[in-house]
Amino acid sequence: MANTESLTASLDAEVLRQRLASLAHAEGVRRWDLGASCSTDTSVQVDRGEAKQMKGAQRSAITLRVWNDDGLVGITSTSDLSDAGLARALAGARDASAYGNVDEIPDFSPLATAPLPELEQPLSTPLSILTLLDTLRDAERDLLGRHPAIGTVPYNGLAQRSSDRLYINSDGACRQQRLSTASLYLYARAEEAGRKPRSSGAVRLAYGAADLDVAGCVQEAAERTIAHLDYAPITTGRYTCVFSPEAFLDLIGAFSSLFNARAVLDGVSLSRRESLGEQLAVPFLSLHDNGLHPANVGAAAFDGEGTPTRRLSLLEGGVLRHFLHSEATARAFGVSPTGHAGLGAKVSVGPDWFEIGPTPGSSGGAPGLDRFAAGASGDQRGLVVIDSLSALHAGVKASQGSFSLPFDGWLVQDGVPRSIEAATVAGDIRTLLKAILGFEGPAKVTPDGLCPHVWVEGLSITGDA
Amino acid sequence: MVVSPPTGALAATERSASPAALGDPTWRSVLEPLLAGGRSAGADLVEVFLERSDHLGLLAEQDSITSVSPAFGAGAGLRVFLGDRDGFVSTNDLSPAGLRAALEQALGMLGLVLPVQAGGRFDGLPELRDFAAAKEGWLHACPSLAEATGRLLEGTDRLQAHGQHLQVRRGSYARDWQEVLVAASDGTYARDVRLHQSVGLNVLAADGDHRASLGRRYGTSDSPDDLRHWDAEAAAVDVCSSAGTMLYADYVEAGQFPVVLANRFGGVIFHEACGHLLETTQVERATTPFAEMVGQPIAHPSLTAIDEGLTAGAFGSLSMDDEGMEPQRTVLIENGILQRFLSDRAGERRTGHPRTGSGRRQSHAFAAASRMRNTFIAAGPHTPEELIASVDKGLYCKSMGGGSVGPTGQFNFAVEEGYLIENGSLTRPVKGATLIGDAKEVMPRISMCANDLELAAGFCGSVSGSIFVTVGQPHIKVDTITVGGR
Repeated sequence: MANTESLTASLDAEVLRQRLASLAHAEGVRRWDLGASCSTDTSVQVDRGEAKQMKGAQRSAITLRVWNDDGLVGITSTSDLSDAGLARALAGARDASAYGNVDEIPDFSPLATAPLPELEQPLSTPLSILTLLDTLRDAERDLLGRHPAIGTVPYNGLAQRSSDRLYINSDGACRQQRLSTASLYLYARAEEAGRKPRSSGAVRLAYGAADLDVAGCVQEAAERTIAHLDYAPITTGRYTCVFSPEAFLDLIGAFSSLFNARAVLDGVSLSRRESLGEQLAVPFLSLHDNGLHPANVGAAAFDGEGTPTRRLSLLEGGVLRHFLHSEATARAFGVSPTGHAGLGAKVSVGPDWFEIGPTPGSSGGAPGLDRFAAGASGDQRGLVVIDSLSALHAGVKASQGSFSLPFDGWLVQDGVPRSIEAATVAGDIRTLLKAILGFEGPAKVTPDGLCPHVWVEGLSITGDA
Repeated sequence: MVVSPPTGALAATERSASPAALGDPTWRSVLEPLLAGGRSAGADLVEVFLERSDHLGLLAEQDSITSVSPAFGAGAGLRVFLGDRDGFVSTNDLSPAGLRAALEQALGMLGLVLPVQAGGRFDGLPELRDFAAAKEGWLHACPSLAEATGRLLEGTDRLQAHGQHLQVRRGSYARDWQEVLVAASDGTYARDVRLHQSVGLNVLAADGDHRASLGRRYGTSDSPDDLRHWDAEAAAVDVCSSAGTMLYADYVEAGQFPVVLANRFGGVIFHEACGHLLETTQVERATTPFAEMVGQPIAHPSLTAIDEGLTAGAFGSLSMDDEGMEPQRTVLIENGILQRFLSDRAGERRTGHPRTGSGRRQSHAFAAASRMRNTFIAAGPHTPEELIASVDKGLYCKSMGGGSVGPTGQFNFAVEEGYLIENGSLTRPVKGATLIGDAKEVMPRISMCANDLELAAGFCGSVSGSIFVTVGQPHIKVDTITVGGR
């Protein structure tokens, strides 16, 4: 079949550097840096055995910063990597620099030429889109056959991407990373006669579509969906809750401003400069940001300022140890950049991939936790297993520390789980971190990090029983 | 032909390029062979969506401008239909060769091959329907960078004047200019220019352990002077008043209560609880409980709901949708009876629901889908006071945050600013409420509509990206709903 293969994305870093250097020289710009990327994507969706949509995309993007004669910084982004596009971006950035922030002028990262970590990231050859389609059709058929109540898989997709990103600056830094990734998601909808529809699903990532754990994704999506078929309302009250690894990672991610030096400097974090060294959580909790973890598919070797990615301890023994930094925030704190910057007019800071678990050498909290053990909750009402959280964009007030979120999960009484019809969980993140009872089972790899099941006592659950 | 985006990054500078570039008549000579080739290959329909964009984002914090973010770009989205199936390819390469390669890829997805010589199945494009003709000067008419930054700093200054315990004061402004050209083998050939501007103020108030973060955002379309007319004083008073009230508010008690939702952004309840379920994308996925219910009651008889793209200056208004069709006023529900669905080109082909001018997408990188525009519940006969007076114990939601709806019709949204209703009167402010429910169950419980319909600008993220929309309603009363809290 002609032209159904993905084109291979690539950027020539040296050519781009020379073009920028020449254009900058002509415009009288002496100091500049840029982040650029290009990618090719193909993806498919299916609907009950038929191809629903097949998509392809070729994307390119560049973000260019310049320092003007007063040392102020301006920026412009464009999808046009032609000479004309670069010239316009350069001119636009220079115009914008007249409004650069005099109170915080970014600089090149001192680590922009430091050695990069070695990453094991095999580059996969893209599969034909018709192969993707056949794979997804088979997966959908398999999932539909797992239970008579599963009628559709309304949200599904199989995608693959080849990408190339780079960072270059006028002092000679030149970073480049090529990557191939693939993803599969399956979210099934099941409905039994006279009952409400229920839904759940699973996601898998890999370096190539041929490497995706399709069978595992089908199995997990089926198990999760079927486990929600028998549901009942829950009585409003306070419960001991067990967060799934995915749900706990989502919650920590929503409150990552706790660890974000940019948010601290901007006054929108619950943490302050002097919070380092404070007890933020139970003494047996350890939290690292580790974009380099081998299970982090698609890990970036460097951040938007060219700083190498690295593992960073955020909480050790429940004590706040470090913040995530860009170049500018690190300078303000008198430390080194940590590799968490995103290039922009105001450089952003964000986490990569969390590792959560017991602090080495600690008890790890209550031992032998088992949510399915008889009497595990210690009371009549049972314990609540929070499988997945929804609406984090709306229900989290990160600067206040509060959350009120819908969730899917189960009420476990005497070791027997029953899906909860509809409910919310609410609380305060600072209180929650100090109300962790312990961890259950081994840490699980998820797309967002590594985490075991986490037990928390005394959270407010609202149901409609 | 100029195929690179000639628009400069900043408005009103000499580098800004002609926004008429997609009106260049030579585009026809590029597009017609693509459409003819696609048809000759066997496609039922071929559509090309060309786009140029110019964005400016500004952020003011306290008394400084801390971010100036210009961006410009161009791209194309090519879609090919064969029966119910379609292939879609997007690209930043607008050269004839780049567009041809994208078409070949899209055809290949459907098992079709572009023939060496096209012919026979395409009669050529008609005269261009040019909705952009009167809009050529919009980008240049927008406030300059100096003017825009000045207005934002005026906003943060007004926050300082009216707020108490303010730890953070922020103002933000976004200007999105977009030129689109749509050509399809069914004779669609139309161009438009869109201009959206929004400005917002946000504060974080803190006093000891008490904290409250609040914001308001205002947005319009097709009005270059919008920022000039923005009432920074009134906006600051509004935000500071709410922040001052919510700073010391208690957390809401959880339970099942009657709820009165304020007008304007209160309309997010209909948007999430019902609006998305009336898009044909949901019919295609079999995720709407209303698929077979046209002509049947799905809501309380007091409720009429409309989606339209016509209100002048509203955030979700359009001269044409992203498939080249002029928008309509679509009555979705009339007196509780489901009237029709919002449909796009693919929705019409796959579900039979006729197009409503609702094919929308964030950019060329997304295939259009049936999406809402300006969606609102129509005004009713009551006063807002009558609604509140009818509640013995409940919650008044003055200001709403975002929300979402899942594949089973379960919806949720956050309450930014709430007050208890006790014995028919508003009493204490409360925070931390999340309303959840099931669309099919909640719609019959919207039992009273007031006479104070107002619209509010917002952003909606879904299958075809993030788009500009309006939500709206008068004050409404929901007889009972689950209020998540502590």
